Amino acid sequence: MLNPISVAFKKAKQENRPALLTYTVAGDSSKKQSLNILKSISKNADILELGVPHNTPVADGSQIQTSAYRAIKNGIKVNDIFKIVKDFKKFDKDKPVILMGYYNMIFQYGENKFLNKCKLSGVNGLIVVDLPWPENKNFAKKCKKKSIYFIQLLSPTTTKIRLKKIIRDSHPMNYFISMLSTTGGKLKVSPNDILKNYAKIKKIDPKKEIVIGFGITEKTIGKLKSADGLVVGSAICKEISKSLKHRQNPVTNVSKLVKKLKSKIL
Amino acid sequence: MKLKKRIPVIDQGNKLGFWGGKFGGNFVPETLKKPIEDLEVLFNKLKKDKKFIRERDKYFKNWIGVPTRFIKLENLTKHVGGAQIWSKVVSDANGGAHKIYNATVHCLLAKRTGKKTICGDTGAGYAGKMLSMAAKKFGLKCKIFMGAKDIARQQPNVKAMKKNGAEVIPVYSGSQTLVDAVSECMRFWVANCDTTAMCVGSTVGPAVFVRICGWSTSQISRELKFQLIDEFGSIPKKLKLYNCVGGGSSSFGFWNEFMDYDKKQCEFIGVEAGGPAKSKKHAAPLTYGSKIGILHGAAQYVNQNSDGQIEETESISAGLDYPGISPLHCFLKDTKRARYTAASDEQALEAYKLVTRFEKLRPSLEPSHAFAVAISESKKLSKDTIVVVNSCGDAYKDRGILEKRLGKKYVKSN
Repeated sequence: MLNPISVAFKKAKQENRPALLTYTVAGDSSKKQSLNILKSISKNADILELGVPHNTPVADGSQIQTSAYRAIKNGIKVNDIFKIVKDFKKFDKDKPVILMGYYNMIFQYGENKFLNKCKLSGVNGLIVVDLPWPENKNFAKKCKKKSIYFIQLLSPTTTKIRLKKIIRDSHPMNYFISMLSTTGGKLKVSPNDILKNYAKIKKIDPKKEIVIGFGITEKTIGKLKSADGLVVGSAICKEISKSLKHRQNPVTNVSKLVKKLKSKIL
Repeated sequence: MKLKKRIPVIDQGNKLGFWGGKFGGNFVPETLKKPIEDLEVLFNKLKKDKKFIRERDKYFKNWIGVPTRFIKLENLTKHVGGAQIWSKVVSDANGGAHKIYNATVHCLLAKRTGKKTICGDTGAGYAGKMLSMAAKKFGLKCKIFMGAKDIARQQPNVKAMKKNGAEVIPVYSGSQTLVDAVSECMRFWVANCDTTAMCVGSTVGPAVFVRICGWSTSQISRELKFQLIDEFGSIPKKLKLYNCVGGGSSSFGFWNEFMDYDKKQCEFIGVEAGGPAKSKKHAAPLTYGSKIGILHGAAQYVNQNSDGQIEETESISAGLDYPGISPLHCFLKDTKRARYTAASDEQALEAYKLVTRFEKLRPSLEPSHAFAVAISESKKLSKDTIVVVNSCGDAYKDRGILEKRLGKKYVKSN
């Protein structure tokens, strides 16, 4: 059976558009709200990334940090995250879910146990921010055995030789970091330059799906729509924070935002 | 797990940068892989380059002012009535602490890369102060990340940084201490690694930073070895080296040159921050058996909960207030080369009182932890045992805390 992540890319391609990937932090603002947000955005998003909150996130900007600290403060544990995914999959079993987080959380849980739980709850892919190639080789193999995509990160600083090696070892989906930044930074490179870098990566193995993330907002998403997929994270986390501040319902506001994002890439 | 002889400990890691196969490594975002690799190549080349070593030694001698003193604490020894208590007064170094060695080396490396800015983290403010001094000396722009709580409690060092032209960036996330400052500094580097060099303030972080820092602070033990031979004719038969351990840069540097001696002859004692006596929180992952985990790019023993969230620490000493510990010390602990214990806030304060009462020496709160254990153990040791405590920082920065906890008379003569 094809991984639902690949199915999602296929479907988007048939509709002649990039796949829309959303990122929200598990447990933000609460376990229940976080599940409700996933449910409400699933009709417009193609792939759902769910952040595993960590309290020393070395690659996240302030928006995602705020979400993560909020979720931790509200008591989210790794097991709750699996429960959120499982409950979500009861609602929409074919929608792919990717967990994104830092390696210590997996390491403490135990790699094998973590992957078993992923499998049982319906996780389709993993992004581990601080487990780069080649350090991730073993873990990526374990993921493959469970038919879970281990998604490699590629950056503007990744050398050409390294790109080739990473892509050679990679699973069907990879993630290109648009610029030198933590998550949620202002786009400091022109979309054209990002697409140029993207094209270079794509050429190495055109069969591999490459999504672009970091700095993508309502304003910039339309200019990048020739990519296989686009990830929006901080903008959504910001929307949640804003909603809470104004005592509005984050579920409705995030749902509206994702709908708008989708409309820009059609 | 085995410690090899005749190979510097900083070079005993495997290809992926793991000591003992499991401590250290490079758990970093992809963006940092290239800058870290570049720094590794540069450092590996320069540490064998005689010209570079001469340049380093020139600045160490003429600017930092090495060697720092090695003195006998006669009155304290008499009062304690056991082993001979000596001190290596590393706080003599320019700026008042050992952090100057690492800061100087990082600036020398940054100059070679052509980068115009250097960023760094700081807890007690010494790493930041020294980096700001070195950056000024070598014409680099300097950005220092410091927890908001530490900014409030270590004002003298903050003022010094600003005076040296550094931008001090307060970090409000998490516990607002060193752990958050290091995270924020790494984030800044992720976003600016094309134009900016990073200096990690201790023997922590991705493997190359652990190595550079350990290589730099080893100056302390290089001097001490000569000074011991000068004083005693040879390395004493019973030698005990006490040092506080936060990230672990001063202790590693204090011990490095003695690594190959049998531990029966030359014992290393690392003293972690046990925190307030009444609190459950501490900054002593080795003493209290914390589990191995990943923090700031390296696998190490670290205070964390069962989920893997890093736990908040508590210590009177900002410089030791860190939930993790250098991979080098994890390695020295598991190979049983060094012994680790902890002193509480109160014990450190008592030791500070005792040392300043008997000697013309004002160890900051960090080395006061080491003095606490050294003094208590010295009582039971024979008179031919040589106890050396690294007084790696000066108490000037702690005057606010000392005044509050001990009263005015303990800070008057500062």
